[in-house]
Amino acid sequence: MTRVSRLGLLVLLLFAALGSLGTAALAQDTEQIGGRLVADGDGVPGVDIAVATIDGELVGVGTSDDNGEWSVELPEAGTYLVTIDVATLPAGVELRDPERQELELRVSEGSSATALFALGEREEVGSILLQRLAQSTFNGVKFGLIIAMTAIGLSLIFGTTGLINFAHGDLVTLGAFLAYTFNVIVGLHLIPSALIAIVLTAAFSGGIDAGLWRPLRRRGTGLIAMLVISIGLAFVIRHVILFFFGGSRRPYNDYPLQLATQVGPVRVQPVELWVMGLSVLILVGVALMLTRTRLGKGMRAVADNRDLAESSGIDVQRVILSVWIMGGGLTAVGGIFLGMIESVDYLMGFRLLLLMFAGVILGGLGTAYGAMLGSLIVGLVSEVSTVFFSSQLKYVWALGVLIIILLVRPQGLLGQKERIG
Amino acid sequence: MAGDILFDALRTALGPTAASYALLAIGLNIHFGFTGLLNFGQAGFMLVGAYGVAITVSTFGGPLWLGVIVGLLGAVVLALILGVPTLRLRADYLAITTIAAAEILRLLVRSTAAEPITGGVFGLRQFGGDFFALNPLPDGRTYFGALAASPNRAWVMIVGWSLVGLMTLLVWALMRSPWGRVIRSIREDEDAARSLGKNVFSFKMQSLVLGGAIGALGGALFALSLQTVQPDTFLPQVTFYAFAILILGGTASTAGPIVGATIFWFLIGSLQSGLRRFSDAGMLPDFFGAQAVGAVTLTFVGVLIMALMIFRPQGILGDKKELQLDVS
Repeated sequence: MTRVSRLGLLVLLLFAALGSLGTAALAQDTEQIGGRLVADGDGVPGVDIAVATIDGELVGVGTSDDNGEWSVELPEAGTYLVTIDVATLPAGVELRDPERQELELRVSEGSSATALFALGEREEVGSILLQRLAQSTFNGVKFGLIIAMTAIGLSLIFGTTGLINFAHGDLVTLGAFLAYTFNVIVGLHLIPSALIAIVLTAAFSGGIDAGLWRPLRRRGTGLIAMLVISIGLAFVIRHVILFFFGGSRRPYNDYPLQLATQVGPVRVQPVELWVMGLSVLILVGVALMLTRTRLGKGMRAVADNRDLAESSGIDVQRVILSVWIMGGGLTAVGGIFLGMIESVDYLMGFRLLLLMFAGVILGGLGTAYGAMLGSLIVGLVSEVSTVFFSSQLKYVWALGVLIIILLVRPQGLLGQKERIG
Repeated sequence: MAGDILFDALRTALGPTAASYALLAIGLNIHFGFTGLLNFGQAGFMLVGAYGVAITVSTFGGPLWLGVIVGLLGAVVLALILGVPTLRLRADYLAITTIAAAEILRLLVRSTAAEPITGGVFGLRQFGGDFFALNPLPDGRTYFGALAASPNRAWVMIVGWSLVGLMTLLVWALMRSPWGRVIRSIREDEDAARSLGKNVFSFKMQSLVLGGAIGALGGALFALSLQTVQPDTFLPQVTFYAFAILILGGTASTAGPIVGATIFWFLIGSLQSGLRRFSDAGMLPDFFGAQAVGAVTLTFVGVLIMALMIFRPQGILGDKKELQLDVS
């Protein structure tokens, strides 16, 4: 451990100690979130702190008193987002880590939680910029690999059927929550839980092709009608999950976030390396499958020119079903990995869906390799942007890339020009 | 209890929210129903209209009429920015770009950097003074009989549904005009319209601007009725509520959005009121909290969208011949 991080740990402990003092004073039977804002040993008065539910609904705003203490009463136990209003901080006082402006806290029945905002002068010097660049590049690759795994299915489904599947993000959520069910509720280890979840999500995905999309295709339902139906399906999956699991963020039981080790300029957790390594293996496997096997060649042929593929003897319906099954399985893998390095919540897939769209269009709609490349770029752009701009805006940059590529090269980096009308 | 639920549902069906959503759906009808443009970012236009009023009045202390104009101009600018890159491409590219743009707007408005102007996650309030000062209804009594609307609520309802009526008349007149015929011919066959010498891009852009501006009007009405704006009101699901309303009422039918909005909010109102009252009476399992009511409502919206598109894509008032839409 370096000197800097040891110092950081000390500061953290100090604040934890302060925080526990605060908690003792506030102990009572309703739930609340509070804390004490301290800079250079003195309380910081007059700072607004907002507490909102995980869905963004504002619960209340607390203002720190002359002692720097503040608290907000909560309606019920649950997970809350606590945001400090930096505009109300007095001159010369800033968040030590501008990333930690919004904290996520879990409050259990009848207890109080303490939100820690470390104040003081901002620690930022030249060499830290490089370090942050390296760290965010690492995070970007990690995030991009996960987007890529989920986006291949989206792109291939579009390529083979012409449908933009708006329910694809919710398949990610479904996979993550199936693994959660077996891991946390049933009590299996995460690895068998993940395998079961992947198989079930793939089966579900194949099932909706066989039970819903194929009959609609046979009936001649238009693509726009099918697209709107996929939105309805997305609503159903997302909110059935919300109904059963609620809106809070949950971690898996195994592989909790571990102490990071320093590798060169980057802080890495072992679980992150496993996630990234497995993602690369799976992506290479998919690429080999698409180029080497009969089924994979069939998928690319149907995506490229459906009529030609059909007339050369490829069973198009079977290929489409395989694409749905494979895409469903891959979304589950992506969802579980995302759940391992962050947490699972019912909106995770929808947030990812917009980034998948950006990645797929950037790479070229309908191509598998384009989806991989585009997703990596989207992941990198969103993470590296946090070095220079507020992390609240990281998705804005990723989605901005989408609009720019449509202006400059609408067929995407690897797409063919005739694909667009 | 059945009577209470019925009155709750009627209050929702005729309330200001239903009128705001009717305006959103009228805008979408111009886009999707008549022109065949797949706008999935109507929530973004709504946000622009709502924040146009809120920022002008609350942040800069301007008058209400200026706020409404700012909101409408904002919607025009947004439509131009969205239209230029996507209107020459296939319909589904517009869908993805508009949903992305609506999310970009929401995240920008929500960010700390924008807080001095937009209020960030806290939002803005107290900008309805001018609007309610115009209210001619005397205080101290309730209106519309059993609906028991306060004077302010009654005033928003009167203004809101009048706007809905006016916009419906406008759409009716436009769709009988040569402009409407060109718009619909673009929906049916873009190349045919082009071969007759029509500037398809320009007509699509006009449609996007007009529908977006009507959506912004819905946003302004929504903000005034609630007296507060918060960024997370404008989640993407708002757009899909409007789509459900449009499809339910009848895509490409002039009166569809009015019929759709009242029936849709009647259904939502009775569902929510019923679940809440049954839950209060202890007739539902314990875990049926407020979140579960929301989850059931949104699942219902999803099922409604799917069922309508599969079994009755023309909705209540629509004409199946008007619905031969496809991506091309």
